[in-house]
Amino acid sequence: MSRRVKLAIAALVVAVLIGAFYFPKLRQRVLRMSRPARTEEQTRREVTQPPIATPSDVKAKAKIFWASATAPGTLEPVVLELPLSADPVQRSKQLIITLIADVPSPGQRTLPADVILIEFYTLADGTAVADFSDALATATPSGILSEQMALDSIARTLAANVDSVRRLKVLIHGQEVETLAGHLDLTGFFPLRPETSAPAAPGKAPRGGLTPPAAPGKLDR
Amino acid sequence: MVLAAALLIPARPAQGPQQQPQTPPAPGAPAKPPVTSDQAPAPATPQAAPTPPKPAPGVVVLDPAHGGADAGARGPNAVLESEMVLSLAHAVRAELERQGLRVVQTRQGNENPSFDERSAAANAHRGAIFISLHISSNGPVGTARAYTLAAPATPPARPALPPWDQAQDSFAASSRRLAELVQVQLAQKFRGSPEVPSVAAVRQLRTVAAPAIAIELSSVAVRDRSQLEQMASPLAEAVARAVAAFRQVYEAGAN
Repeated sequence: MSRRVKLAIAALVVAVLIGAFYFPKLRQRVLRMSRPARTEEQTRREVTQPPIATPSDVKAKAKIFWASATAPGTLEPVVLELPLSADPVQRSKQLIITLIADVPSPGQRTLPADVILIEFYTLADGTAVADFSDALATATPSGILSEQMALDSIARTLAANVDSVRRLKVLIHGQEVETLAGHLDLTGFFPLRPETSAPAAPGKAPRGGLTPPAAPGKLDR
Repeated sequence: MVLAAALLIPARPAQGPQQQPQTPPAPGAPAKPPVTSDQAPAPATPQAAPTPPKPAPGVVVLDPAHGGADAGARGPNAVLESEMVLSLAHAVRAELERQGLRVVQTRQGNENPSFDERSAAANAHRGAIFISLHISSNGPVGTARAYTLAAPATPPARPALPPWDQAQDSFAASSRRLAELVQVQLAQKFRGSPEVPSVAAVRQLRTVAAPAIAIELSSVAVRDRSQLEQMASPLAEAVARAVAAFRQVYEAGAN
């Protein structure tokens, strides 16, 4: 082995050692730089919509549906361990707040960062009513795809984690609105689980049908 | 929902020039006239034993979405959905007219008709096809998707006068067929587009009593508007081919 080759190998070894020492530090710095924006957003949300904690909270794995990081225009579930209430209403609120606040990356966001879940309640027939602030209508990007992803992310997250909810009604500031942001119809109900029989009349409990996921884009009225 | 009870539209009309008197609106209902002007409602008497063939779609209603104060999706480089869809509609119109089809546009300029006014443009023509054109805010640039409403849970019984707000229910199958034909063409023209159409609760489609789809191109987030302008010609070809294929299916009565 010539002297030049030995020198080259030695230089490479030194470069690898420097890299091994430097890259973890570089990664930490990049992560630290990305953290402040996220923290700022979270701090703001903690003021406008504090996290919900109930006495019955138990850590459980939840599937939250955000936009896919690898397949644009689709949703994919992310499994998180969250403190979730046994009460379906509180549990649903915790899930929706997580869906809005804890997005893994900005590109995976389906609901506007500033949207507030004003109220959430369920009816005896399994209908869930989610009342959001105006930001849902004004800050959701206009378009069939983006609006459908916004609604599907809510519907599929609830369907995957709250057994008692059958269908979803979305209100904006307490009012029924015609569309979300100009395209998606909000006057009907979004079924969270396929029904085994004809849709139930309002006020009547629907029968059977408990297999998720929901049919995307379908609207009951 | 008041509209549901108040505004009634005839079901798919029977072939033939005969005109039947129209059912008056329910007492107390708004005095909005029925949508159709040149359609005859389904025959009231069961005497017409042979089922008349379905009318071949001869009119295509193109709906450039938004308009007026509603610009729709806004891109970072001043690309407005309402402007772009209008120029897309002109390109599609030219291609369809080359096929000998009559094309009606729901808007010609920067006006913004209501959802119901746009639907009425289709509901007023026998055997029309309704195509609503959109551009998304996001999604893979250079792709296109065709959308229909979901089929109703139970197939509708085709009442003589279906409620206005459920007008699309009776056309779910034919809309789905049209969307499939369009999506196949779109997938060939625009790489990365899905092979099958999507289902979404698009408000505009709900009140259309005709085969109805929405097409959404991605997206206003292009670097410059020429990227979207380049999509006009292949879009027009794709729609024209699909409509030609659909007419054959429709004439054969495959709803």
